[in-house]
Amino acid sequence: MVKRNVVGAHYGLRDWIAQRATAVYMVLYSVIFVLVSLAIPSEHLSLRAVLTAPCMRFLTLLFFLTLCYHAWIGVRDIFMDYVKPLGLRLALHVAAILVLIGYAAWAAKILLLLGA
Amino acid sequence: MSKRTMRFKVYRYDPDRDAKPYMQELSLELEETDKKLLDALVKLKTKDDSIAFRRSCREGVCGSDAMNINGKNGLACLTDLSSLPDEVTLRPLPGLPVIRDLIVDMTQFFNQYHSIKPYLVNDTPPPERERIQSPEEREELNGLYECILCACCSTSCPSFWWNPDKFVGPAGLLAAYRFIADTRDQDTNARLDNLEDPYRLFRCHTIMNCVDVCPKGLNPTRAIGKIKDMMVARAV
Repeated sequence: MVKRNVVGAHYGLRDWIAQRATAVYMVLYSVIFVLVSLAIPSEHLSLRAVLTAPCMRFLTLLFFLTLCYHAWIGVRDIFMDYVKPLGLRLALHVAAILVLIGYAAWAAKILLLLGA
Repeated sequence: MSKRTMRFKVYRYDPDRDAKPYMQELSLELEETDKKLLDALVKLKTKDDSIAFRRSCREGVCGSDAMNINGKNGLACLTDLSSLPDEVTLRPLPGLPVIRDLIVDMTQFFNQYHSIKPYLVNDTPPPERERIQSPEEREELNGLYECILCACCSTSCPSFWWNPDKFVGPAGLLAAYRFIADTRDQDTNARLDNLEDPYRLFRCHTIMNCVDVCPKGLNPTRAIGKIKDMMVARAV
Protein backbone atom coordinates (compact mmCIF):
# COMPACT_ATOMS: atom_id res chain seq x y z
CA MET A 1 0.00 0.00 0.00
CA VAL A 2 1.30 3.44 -0.88
CA LYS A 3 1.90 5.47 2.26
CA ARG A 4 -0.64 8.26 1.87
CA ASN A 5 -2.62 9.90 4.62
CA VAL A 6 -6.20 8.89 3.90
CA VAL A 7 -9.33 10.18 5.61
CA GLY A 8 -12.97 10.53 4.52
CA ALA A 9 -14.72 7.48 5.94
CA HIS A 10 -18.05 9.38 5.92
CA TYR A 11 -19.59 7.81 8.98
CA GLY A 12 -18.64 10.33 11.65
CA LEU A 13 -22.03 12.02 11.95
CA ARG A 14 -24.05 8.78 12.13
CA ASP A 15 -22.04 7.45 15.05
CA TRP A 16 -21.92 10.82 16.78
CA ILE A 17 -25.73 11.01 16.76
CA ALA A 18 -26.07 7.34 17.69
CA GLN A 19 -23.74 7.81 20.67
CA ARG A 20 -25.93 10.62 21.98
CA ALA A 21 -29.24 8.92 21.22
CA THR A 22 -28.15 5.69 22.96
CA ALA A 23 -26.91 7.70 25.96
CA VAL A 24 -30.29 9.42 26.29
CA TYR A 25 -32.13 6.11 26.11
CA MET A 26 -29.84 4.54 28.74
CA VAL A 27 -30.46 7.45 31.11
CA LEU A 28 -34.25 7.14 30.60
CA TYR A 29 -34.16 3.38 31.12
CA SER A 30 -32.02 3.75 34.24
CA VAL A 31 -34.51 6.21 35.73
CA ILE A 32 -37.44 3.89 34.90
CA PHE A 33 -35.58 0.90 36.34
CA VAL A 34 -34.73 2.69 39.59
CA LEU A 35 -38.31 3.96 40.00
CA VAL A 36 -39.77 0.50 39.33
CA SER A 37 -37.27 -1.12 41.72
CA LEU A 38 -38.24 1.33 44.46
CA ALA A 39 -41.94 0.74 43.88
CA ILE A 40 -41.85 -3.05 44.33
CA PRO A 41 -40.88 -5.14 47.37
CA SER A 42 -37.12 -5.62 47.35
CA GLU A 43 -36.98 -9.32 46.67
CA HIS A 44 -35.87 -11.50 43.79
CA LEU A 45 -39.30 -12.77 42.78
CA SER A 46 -40.93 -9.35 42.39
CA LEU A 47 -37.99 -8.05 40.36
CA ARG A 48 -38.22 -11.15 38.19
CA ALA A 49 -41.93 -10.56 37.72
CA VAL A 50 -41.31 -6.96 36.63
CA LEU A 51 -38.64 -7.97 34.12
CA THR A 52 -40.84 -10.75 32.76
CA ALA A 53 -43.57 -8.30 31.77
CA PRO A 54 -43.39 -7.95 27.94
CA CYS A 55 -43.09 -4.17 28.02
CA MET A 56 -40.22 -4.22 30.52
CA ARG A 57 -38.55 -7.10 28.74
CA PHE A 58 -38.60 -5.12 25.50
CA LEU A 59 -37.23 -1.98 27.20
CA THR A 60 -34.51 -4.02 28.91
CA LEU A 61 -33.47 -5.76 25.72
CA LEU A 62 -33.35 -2.37 24.01
CA PHE A 63 -31.20 -1.11 26.90
CA PHE A 64 -28.61 -3.84 26.39
CA LEU A 65 -28.56 -3.32 22.62
CA THR A 66 -28.07 0.45 23.00
CA LEU A 67 -25.45 -0.21 25.67
CA CYS A 68 -23.50 -2.42 23.26
CA TYR A 69 -23.75 0.09 20.40
CA HIS A 70 -22.72 2.94 22.72
CA ALA A 71 -19.82 0.88 24.04
CA TRP A 72 -18.72 0.02 20.50
CA ILE A 73 -18.47 3.72 19.51
CA GLY A 74 -16.66 4.61 22.74
CA VAL A 75 -14.21 1.72 22.59
CA ARG A 76 -13.50 2.41 18.92
CA ASP A 77 -12.81 6.05 19.80
CA ILE A 78 -10.20 4.89 22.32
CA PHE A 79 -8.57 2.57 19.76
CA MET A 80 -8.56 5.39 17.17
CA ASP A 81 -6.81 7.71 19.60
CA TYR A 82 -4.26 5.39 21.16
CA VAL A 83 -3.62 2.38 18.90
CA LYS A 84 -1.53 3.43 15.92
CA PRO A 85 -0.55 0.17 14.09
CA LEU A 86 -3.29 -0.41 11.51
CA GLY A 87 -3.34 -4.23 11.79
CA LEU A 88 -3.55 -4.16 15.58
CA ARG A 89 -6.33 -1.54 15.48
CA LEU A 90 -8.35 -3.62 13.02
CA ALA A 91 -7.87 -6.74 15.15
CA LEU A 92 -9.01 -4.86 18.27
CA HIS A 93 -12.05 -3.50 16.41
CA VAL A 94 -13.05 -7.01 15.34
CA ALA A 95 -12.45 -8.36 18.85
CA ALA A 96 -14.56 -5.58 20.39
CA ILE A 97 -17.40 -6.23 17.92
CA LEU A 98 -17.36 -9.98 18.62
CA VAL A 99 -17.32 -9.50 22.40
CA LEU A 100 -20.17 -6.96 22.26
CA ILE A 101 -22.28 -9.18 19.97
CA GLY A 102 -21.65 -12.01 22.44
CA TYR A 103 -22.78 -9.84 25.36
CA ALA A 104 -25.90 -8.70 23.49
CA ALA A 105 -26.83 -12.27 22.56
CA TRP A 106 -26.23 -13.42 26.13
CA ALA A 107 -28.44 -10.63 27.52
CA ALA A 108 -31.16 -11.47 24.98
CA LYS A 109 -31.02 -15.14 25.93
CA ILE A 110 -31.37 -14.36 29.65
CA LEU A 111 -34.32 -12.03 29.00
CA LEU A 112 -36.08 -14.53 26.72
CA LEU A 113 -35.60 -17.35 29.21
CA LEU A 114 -37.13 -15.18 31.96
CA GLY A 115 -40.51 -15.65 30.33
CA ALA A 116 -40.12 -19.42 29.99
CA MET B 1 9.34 50.45 44.49
CA SER B 2 11.72 47.47 44.74
CA LYS B 3 12.68 45.70 41.60
CA ARG B 4 11.22 42.27 41.04
CA THR B 5 13.47 39.30 40.42
CA MET B 6 12.01 36.42 38.45
CA ARG B 7 13.42 32.95 37.93
CA PHE B 8 12.89 31.28 34.57
CA LYS B 9 13.22 27.63 33.65
CA VAL B 10 13.55 27.51 29.89
CA TYR B 11 13.30 24.38 27.75
CA ARG B 12 16.50 24.09 25.75
CA TYR B 13 17.14 21.74 22.88
CA ASP B 14 19.40 22.14 19.90
CA PRO B 15 19.23 18.93 17.85
CA ASP B 16 22.69 19.64 16.38
CA ARG B 17 24.36 19.83 19.79
CA ASP B 18 22.19 18.29 22.51
CA ALA B 19 21.58 14.59 22.92
CA LYS B 20 18.32 15.37 24.69
CA PRO B 21 16.38 18.41 25.91
CA TYR B 22 17.15 20.03 29.28
CA MET B 23 15.77 22.88 31.37
CA GLN B 24 18.01 25.94 31.78
CA GLU B 25 17.54 28.05 34.88
CA LEU B 26 18.01 31.80 34.61
CA SER B 27 17.11 34.67 36.88
CA LEU B 28 16.25 38.16 35.76
CA GLU B 29 15.82 41.49 37.47
CA LEU B 30 12.86 43.30 35.95
CA GLU B 31 12.63 47.02 35.26
CA GLU B 32 9.46 49.06 35.74
CA THR B 33 9.08 49.14 31.96
CA ASP B 34 9.00 45.34 31.62
CA LYS B 35 5.30 44.58 31.34
CA LYS B 36 4.93 41.45 29.26
CA LEU B 37 6.56 38.04 29.27
CA LEU B 38 8.04 38.81 25.86
CA ASP B 39 9.93 41.77 27.41
CA ALA B 40 11.49 39.33 29.86
CA LEU B 41 12.33 36.86 27.09
CA VAL B 42 14.05 39.55 25.05
CA LYS B 43 16.10 40.41 28.16
CA LEU B 44 16.90 36.77 28.76
CA LYS B 45 18.25 36.63 25.22
CA THR B 46 20.66 39.45 26.04
CA LYS B 47 21.95 37.28 28.90
CA ASP B 48 22.20 34.13 26.79
CA ASP B 49 21.89 34.79 23.09
CA SER B 50 21.62 31.11 22.25
CA ILE B 51 17.99 30.97 23.49
CA ALA B 52 15.75 30.64 20.45
CA PHE B 53 12.12 31.77 20.22
CA ARG B 54 9.88 33.32 17.58
CA ARG B 55 8.52 36.83 17.91
CA SER B 56 7.46 39.52 15.53
CA CYS B 57 4.68 42.04 16.13
CA ARG B 58 4.89 41.90 19.96
CA GLU B 59 1.20 42.83 20.26
CA GLY B 60 -0.81 39.64 19.81
CA VAL B 61 -1.46 39.96 16.10
CA CYS B 62 1.12 37.76 14.40
CA GLY B 63 0.82 34.74 16.71
CA SER B 64 4.56 33.96 16.54
CA ASP B 65 5.44 33.77 20.22
CA ALA B 66 3.00 31.08 21.33
CA MET B 67 4.54 28.87 23.99
CA ASN B 68 3.69 26.81 27.02
CA ILE B 69 3.83 29.14 30.03
CA ASN B 70 3.70 27.38 33.41
CA GLY B 71 1.85 24.52 31.80
CA LYS B 72 -0.67 26.57 29.84
CA ASN B 73 -0.34 27.69 26.22
CA GLY B 74 -0.35 31.41 25.58
CA LEU B 75 1.30 34.28 23.76
CA ALA B 76 4.37 35.71 25.51
CA CYS B 77 3.54 39.19 24.21
CA LEU B 78 0.05 39.17 25.75
CA THR B 79 0.98 37.57 29.07
CA ASP B 80 1.37 40.14 31.83
CA LEU B 81 4.43 39.56 34.00
CA SER B 82 2.31 40.73 36.94
CA SER B 83 -0.01 37.76 36.38
CA LEU B 84 2.87 35.27 36.69
CA PRO B 85 4.47 33.91 39.86
CA ASP B 86 8.17 34.60 40.50
CA GLU B 87 9.12 31.25 39.01
CA VAL B 88 8.10 30.66 35.41
CA THR B 89 8.60 27.52 33.35
CA LEU B 90 8.67 28.00 29.59
CA ARG B 91 8.32 25.11 27.19
CA PRO B 92 7.59 24.88 23.47
CA LEU B 93 4.00 24.24 22.34
CA PRO B 94 3.25 20.61 23.20
CA GLY B 95 2.68 17.93 20.57
CA LEU B 96 4.64 19.47 17.69
CA PRO B 97 8.24 18.57 16.76
CA VAL B 98 10.78 20.94 18.31
CA ILE B 99 13.10 22.69 15.86
CA ARG B 100 15.07 24.42 18.59
CA ASP B 101 14.34 25.56 22.15
CA LEU B 102 10.89 27.25 22.08
CA ILE B 103 10.51 27.02 18.30
CA VAL B 104 8.31 24.23 16.97
CA ASP B 105 7.73 22.87 13.49
CA MET B 106 4.17 23.95 12.62
CA THR B 107 3.95 22.08 9.30
CA GLN B 108 1.28 19.65 10.52
CA PHE B 109 -0.75 22.50 11.98
CA PHE B 110 -0.71 24.45 8.71
CA ASN B 111 -1.35 21.31 6.64
CA GLN B 112 -4.60 20.89 8.56
CA TYR B 113 -5.43 24.57 8.12
CA HIS B 114 -4.89 24.36 4.36
CA SER B 115 -6.95 21.15 4.15
CA ILE B 116 -10.18 23.05 4.90
CA LYS B 117 -9.65 25.45 1.95
CA PRO B 118 -9.33 28.65 3.97
CA TYR B 119 -10.57 30.94 1.21
CA LEU B 120 -13.92 31.90 -0.29
CA VAL B 121 -15.12 29.66 -3.11
CA ASN B 122 -17.57 31.43 -5.38
CA ASP B 123 -17.68 30.76 -9.11
CA THR B 124 -20.31 33.37 -10.00
CA PRO B 125 -18.99 36.45 -11.84
CA PRO B 126 -17.96 39.06 -9.26
CA PRO B 127 -20.31 42.05 -9.08
CA GLU B 128 -19.03 45.44 -10.05
CA ARG B 129 -18.26 46.54 -6.52
CA GLU B 130 -18.49 43.81 -3.89
CA ARG B 131 -20.48 40.79 -2.72
CA ILE B 132 -22.97 42.31 -0.29
CA GLN B 133 -23.76 40.78 3.09
CA SER B 134 -26.49 41.90 5.46
CA PRO B 135 -25.35 43.07 8.91
CA GLU B 136 -26.80 39.85 10.38
CA GLU B 137 -24.87 37.69 7.91
CA ARG B 138 -21.69 39.59 8.71
CA GLU B 139 -22.37 39.25 12.43
CA GLU B 140 -22.10 35.45 12.13
CA LEU B 141 -18.42 35.82 11.20
CA ASN B 142 -17.56 37.61 14.43
CA GLY B 143 -15.58 35.36 16.75
CA LEU B 144 -14.38 33.33 13.76
CA TYR B 145 -12.26 35.56 11.53
CA GLU B 146 -10.12 36.94 14.39
CA CYS B 147 -8.02 33.75 14.69
CA ILE B 148 -4.30 34.53 14.32
CA LEU B 149 -3.20 30.90 13.85
CA CYS B 150 -0.86 30.92 16.83
CA ALA B 151 -1.64 27.19 17.42
CA CYS B 152 -2.20 27.63 21.18
CA CYS B 153 -5.54 25.81 20.86
CA SER B 154 -4.62 22.92 18.61
CA THR B 155 -1.47 22.12 20.59
CA SER B 156 -3.42 22.05 23.86
CA CYS B 157 -5.94 19.60 22.41
CA PRO B 158 -5.32 15.94 23.35
CA SER B 159 -7.18 14.80 20.25
CA PHE B 160 -4.71 16.81 18.13
CA TRP B 161 -1.78 15.31 20.06
CA TRP B 162 -2.92 11.77 19.24
CA ASN B 163 -3.91 12.39 15.60
CA PRO B 164 -2.23 15.55 14.27
CA ASP B 165 -2.11 14.01 10.80
CA LYS B 166 -5.86 13.29 10.64
CA PHE B 167 -7.74 15.53 13.08
CA VAL B 168 -8.14 19.06 11.72
CA GLY B 169 -7.82 20.53 15.21
CA PRO B 170 -9.67 23.47 16.81
CA ALA B 171 -7.91 26.21 14.83
CA GLY B 172 -8.61 24.52 11.49
CA LEU B 173 -12.21 23.77 12.43
CA LEU B 174 -12.82 27.34 13.57
CA ALA B 175 -11.53 28.49 10.19
CA ALA B 176 -13.65 25.83 8.46
CA TYR B 177 -16.79 27.17 10.11
CA ARG B 178 -15.74 30.73 9.24
CA PHE B 179 -16.12 29.79 5.55
CA ILE B 180 -19.12 27.49 6.05
CA ALA B 181 -20.90 30.38 7.78
CA ASP B 182 -19.96 32.92 5.13
CA THR B 183 -22.95 33.64 2.88
CA ARG B 184 -20.62 34.66 0.05
CA ASP B 185 -19.17 31.13 -0.12
CA GLN B 186 -20.81 28.56 -2.41
CA ASP B 187 -18.91 25.47 -1.33
CA THR B 188 -20.84 24.68 1.86
CA ASN B 189 -21.81 21.12 0.96
CA ALA B 190 -18.33 20.20 -0.19
CA ARG B 191 -16.90 21.72 2.98
CA LEU B 192 -19.27 19.64 5.13
CA ASP B 193 -18.41 16.52 3.06
CA ASN B 194 -14.76 17.26 3.67
CA LEU B 195 -15.30 17.14 7.44
CA GLU B 196 -17.84 14.29 7.61
CA ASP B 197 -15.30 11.83 8.90
CA PRO B 198 -14.62 10.10 12.22
CA TYR B 199 -11.13 11.61 12.30
CA ARG B 200 -11.26 15.05 10.72
CA LEU B 201 -14.09 16.52 12.78
CA PHE B 202 -15.37 13.87 15.16
CA ARG B 203 -12.11 13.42 17.07
CA CYS B 204 -13.28 16.48 19.00
CA HIS B 205 -14.53 15.18 22.34
CA THR B 206 -15.49 18.65 23.65
CA ILE B 207 -12.54 18.77 26.04
CA MET B 208 -12.51 22.58 25.57
CA ASN B 209 -8.81 23.15 26.27
CA CYS B 210 -8.94 25.23 23.08
CA VAL B 211 -11.43 27.67 24.60
CA ASP B 212 -9.42 27.80 27.81
CA VAL B 213 -6.17 28.88 26.15
CA CYS B 214 -7.18 30.99 23.14
CA PRO B 215 -5.33 34.32 23.58
CA LYS B 216 -7.93 36.06 21.41
CA GLY B 217 -10.85 34.78 23.52
CA LEU B 218 -12.36 32.75 20.65
CA ASN B 219 -14.48 29.64 21.05
CA PRO B 220 -13.56 26.81 18.63
CA THR B 221 -15.80 24.36 20.53
CA ARG B 222 -18.87 26.46 19.70
CA ALA B 223 -17.84 26.62 16.04
CA ILE B 224 -17.35 22.83 15.99
CA GLY B 225 -20.81 22.44 17.55
CA LYS B 226 -22.30 24.62 14.80
CA ILE B 227 -20.63 22.51 12.10
CA LYS B 228 -22.17 19.41 13.71
CA ASP B 229 -25.57 21.17 13.84
CA MET B 230 -25.34 21.90 10.11
CA MET B 231 -24.43 18.28 9.38
CA VAL B 232 -27.42 17.11 11.40
CA ALA B 233 -29.69 19.62 9.61
CA ARG B 234 -28.41 18.29 6.30
CA ALA B 235 -28.84 14.62 7.20
CA VAL B 236 -32.09 14.56 9.14
